[in-house]
Amino acid sequence: MPFVFPDSMGLTEILSLAVASILVNNYILVQFLGCCSFFGVSKKTDTAIGMGMAVVFVMALASAVTWAVQYFILEPLDLQYMQTIAFILVIATLVQFVEMFMKKSMPALYSALGIFLPLITTNCAVLGAAISNIDNSYSFIGSMVYGVGSGLGYTLAIVLFSSIRERLDATSKCPKCFEGFPIALVSAALLAMSFMGFSGLSIW
Amino acid sequence: MKFKDQLKAGVILDNPIFMQTIGLCPTLATSTSLSNAIGMGVAATIVLICSNIVISALRRFIPDKVRIAAFITIIAAFVTTIDLALQAFVPSLAASLGLFLPLIVVNCIILGRAEAYASKNAVLPSALDGVCMGLGFTFALVLMGFFRELLGAGTFLAGLSTLLPFLSGVIPAEGFAIPFFNTNPVVMMILPAGGFLMLGFIFAAIQKIMAGKEDK
Repeated sequence: MPFVFPDSMGLTEILSLAVASILVNNYILVQFLGCCSFFGVSKKTDTAIGMGMAVVFVMALASAVTWAVQYFILEPLDLQYMQTIAFILVIATLVQFVEMFMKKSMPALYSALGIFLPLITTNCAVLGAAISNIDNSYSFIGSMVYGVGSGLGYTLAIVLFSSIRERLDATSKCPKCFEGFPIALVSAALLAMSFMGFSGLSIW
Repeated sequence: MKFKDQLKAGVILDNPIFMQTIGLCPTLATSTSLSNAIGMGVAATIVLICSNIVISALRRFIPDKVRIAAFITIIAAFVTTIDLALQAFVPSLAASLGLFLPLIVVNCIILGRAEAYASKNAVLPSALDGVCMGLGFTFALVLMGFFRELLGAGTFLAGLSTLLPFLSGVIPAEGFAIPFFNTNPVVMMILPAGGFLMLGFIFAAIQKIMAGKEDK
């Protein structure tokens, strides 16, 4: 079966995709992708920003590379069923390369990100974006926009949430059984509720 | 370690969701109804058991430096198998789990058990560990799914008969409607915010119970 590249996308489509991926379909608060790291590294705003930036970077790279893998290797060879294996290996390798490259050329950023870089491999947001790009047959530009937009949405959510958590830890008085993780989850619920306000938002 | 102790550890004392707080994404996303929760739990459990068996059988051959990559490849192979099998035999479940089916591959519970248990223990205990941890994960999902479906839609076991066709005579397709709850559904509970809220309350209940035990 001859394979076809996805149709190219117009500028308005691209722009509405960007808005949708950052706000309307926010990866954490609406789609529940990347929740592990969302709760794991949101205790301090500084680390949350670092993690967010690292995720944006890796998601942009991963979207581009997995798109190429899908349409230049898997589709021509009719190996679509190998998608999960191929993508996770590509992402793991990519993260490793990014880590080595940063260590050599950007030691400051590397030490700031610390253990978050290797953790990104098992961040379901990255693999989720890669698979969504193919499922929705976005064009190459569309995939890049979707990857970066979802990463920015992730950053927005984790930075907002970490500032709430800092406040909670410092000042809040809550029932003893809600202290710590439960109250964090309840505040995440409130944050998710406010993001529900974006649903149905379309500018164009 | 006896099977009984392992079971107790997997389901209660070391429950992956409630005690170790790992694997939260699928727990939040696929617990909108009890039948989805059961489907996700069973799919992840099968992958966990299979990957634990293979990884522990190969534990002496996998070089330490590339072990994570090797584990992920093994897990990805089983996830692909389950994904294709569900798409062929239970397409309705595959459709409702959607993206989260291939994402079992990055489920922290499976990689975590491979690293913490299967890579250090013999095949049989690793298989049992997979069963117990899988049951613990399924238990957490079922608990979430039960309450979210009850509060959010007012039904019990909706959609299970499309999942398991032989039950279609026993359970109606739209599930059992629960009086009061089905006329006053709190729609928020099946939306994303409800997932966070439900999990928060379950964690609070657990802390309350643990605090009570320490006082005694």
